[in-house]
Amino acid sequence: MQRRNKPGLTVQQKINRRNFISFTTFFVVGGALFGSWKWLYNAPEETPGITAGASKPLRRALNKTELFFRRIFSNNHPVKTYPKRMAAKQVRVNGDIGIDDTGFNPQSWQLAVIKSPKETLQISLDEIRSLPKSELVFDFKCVEGWDQIQHWAGVKFSDFIAHYGLQKQAGMQYVGMATPNEEYYIGLDMASALHPQTLLAYEMNEQPLLPEHGAPLRLIIPVKYGIKNLKRIGTISFSNERPPDYWAEQGYDYYSGL
Amino acid sequence: MKVMKEKHALLMRWTHWINFPVLALMIWSGLLIYWANDVYTITLGGHTLIRFFPDWFYQLLHVPQRLAEGMAFHFLFMWFFMLNGLLYVLYTVFSGAWRQLLPNRQSFKEAWLVLLHDLHIRKTVPPQNKYNAAQRIAYTAIIIMGIGSVATGLAIYKPVQLYWLCWLCGGYHFARILHFALTIGYVLFFVIHVVQVMLAGWNNFRSVISGFEVEERSFDHLKTGDHATKK
Repeated sequence: MQRRNKPGLTVQQKINRRNFISFTTFFVVGGALFGSWKWLYNAPEETPGITAGASKPLRRALNKTELFFRRIFSNNHPVKTYPKRMAAKQVRVNGDIGIDDTGFNPQSWQLAVIKSPKETLQISLDEIRSLPKSELVFDFKCVEGWDQIQHWAGVKFSDFIAHYGLQKQAGMQYVGMATPNEEYYIGLDMASALHPQTLLAYEMNEQPLLPEHGAPLRLIIPVKYGIKNLKRIGTISFSNERPPDYWAEQGYDYYSGL
Repeated sequence: MKVMKEKHALLMRWTHWINFPVLALMIWSGLLIYWANDVYTITLGGHTLIRFFPDWFYQLLHVPQRLAEGMAFHFLFMWFFMLNGLLYVLYTVFSGAWRQLLPNRQSFKEAWLVLLHDLHIRKTVPPQNKYNAAQRIAYTAIIIMGIGSVATGLAIYKPVQLYWLCWLCGGYHFARILHFALTIGYVLFFVIHVVQVMLAGWNNFRSVISGFEVEERSFDHLKTGDHATKK
């Protein structure tokens, strides 16, 4: 700054000059930033598709941020587990979307696994219960901000894949799951689905699941927020495209990984 | 006559003024998130003194039912908050500016004198330098708080992938409390900071935009004696 000053300037002139430059820059940049904020705040909503409900630039930012944080995902990063005695006896119920219909009969329920457009496996709960059982006591985390230590048991999704010979399907990018009435549905990146602590759970606190907790079979995926932990799974499908996801259509991040 | 005295480096000024709106947006979007599970209170002997936050407060700021939006803004502006803070810290470390900023051995004793002086209890002016002892403590604390916000924020953002950080922050549940408490800390800092800046006056305020302060200096002693005649 000093160097550029002409030698003839008085101190007062120098002061005025620096003030003028600094304050002009301050208000011009400030105004530009304020304008950018206005633009971002009023940006048009994204075209509804697999994701919806967020503004275009914010959705873009969510997707870019997902790509960054997917780099640090690893199966070697397990969720912290707790002793059983720390698990909540009163397990929080936060929603009944997709499981609030009265006509559902758990006795006739079967899990549908869509292997290909032509082939669907129908699997009973007894068959799933006969697979190796894994228990998990972990801190369940809701996107709203609460958390609770809960005790679940079921079959690891990765064991399930191996047992039913779904390796080819597991080579795809995404897993989709939906309730039998298809009113609640989620999409998972394959890496998260195959994480060693991802369970198809049929027990809570060593008892069969209660209806409000997703009986007869629900997803427990500790590397995701609760919104991805689908209750009462009806169908499982595989895809290289993002499957529909209930909360991603309501402005939430598709990935929602922890 | 007037003399220009350089005070704040260009980078310090830029990062300071970038941080102000970015932190404001982080606090606002954080509030949109916090609303979804607004369980924190200050309770003493079974009596709730402060509830974070009363309904009128939420209504005033149009907070309710905006969790998804809040998260989207929060996870965008976190990048600017982190990068801007990192730039400032790197600058302060490598320029040597930290020497005038970090509290030293006398600072904690002197800060007490600054407080007494500011409250008009004690007349004697404590040593000022670029930053006085209370400023050194406050401005260093705010940087540590910033690092704390990033750490606790990442801990609750990716508690599984960054499990070690989550552990370091006392676990998921506690990290969220810390993250919230730090935010309240910023608001308190802001109030005191603005009051102090207003009391300090225009010359001080301008130096954070223009970089210099103006001092009135007398050069009369140069006009008499040997010094003047030699010229």
